Amino acid sequence: MKDLNKYEKKPVQETGGAERTKNRRVYLPRVDIIDTKDAVVMYADMPGVDQNSLDITIDKNVLKISGVVNPPAFEGHSLAYAEYDVGDYDRSFTISEDIDRDNVEALIKNGVLKLVLHKAPEVAVKKITVRAE
Amino acid sequence: MFDTGLWRFGGFVDPARELQRLREEMDKIFSEFNQPIAREIPPVNAWIGEEDAVVAAELPGIDPDAMEITVVGDTLTLSGLREAAPLKEGESYHRQERPCGKFSRSLQLPFHVEVEKVRAIYEKGILMVTLPRSEAEKPRKISVKGE
Repeated sequence: MKDLNKYEKKPVQETGGAERTKNRRVYLPRVDIIDTKDAVVMYADMPGVDQNSLDITIDKNVLKISGVVNPPAFEGHSLAYAEYDVGDYDRSFTISEDIDRDNVEALIKNGVLKLVLHKAPEVAVKKITVRAE
Repeated sequence: MFDTGLWRFGGFVDPARELQRLREEMDKIFSEFNQPIAREIPPVNAWIGEEDAVVAAELPGIDPDAMEITVVGDTLTLSGLREAAPLKEGESYHRQERPCGKFSRSLQLPFHVEVEKVRAIYEKGILMVTLPRSEAEKPRKISVKGE
């Protein structure tokens, strides 16, 4: 059961009674976040999104990714069977201080967004030695 | 402590507002029933037309060569593999939510398929298979002659 749920898309929870202006479902893209030595790499599943319909912003310490998906329409066809719903994607993350805001790489391929958030070089961990008097 | 209770039952509750609130609650409950539930992976959507059927599945980040589409009679099978990115030395996962592994899915269509003419497009992480109806099964018009 747990495995099946992994394939279902997770809708975004509306907070504080605020509603969206567009009458369309919004989903949380599933992400993998990998911490490497000099960067934080993020992969997000956003099927139906391409480079033109994707929006990535960093405001202070909030990274926001949102993508618009236009549902397909086939003339002369009717939807006979549906197991998934098509909707936009929206998700925000809090990023730490050591991420270099000006050096973020974004690449989308086959509906997967890859974000490379480089760590700022000057914020190396400094150890403070304590002297005893 | 008593105040709120007395106010509530003392006729100060706006019935229209209460009804509106009840309606919203009910809408919420029923909207959850409407959501499509995937019982098999990957979930698919299917559109049926007179000439053909289109089956779509959301399969982001899969190598098209690792995908297999087979059609036998009226049954379409989608299968493939999605591999997890291997971690290098010194790397670690903060989050791992994206599913990986093998998947396989069969779907029975309402008609037999012209196997030779099946087309599959993989774009933006969505696989779309167009399955034309076999010639022998296409609906035929029968003209009625009057004597």
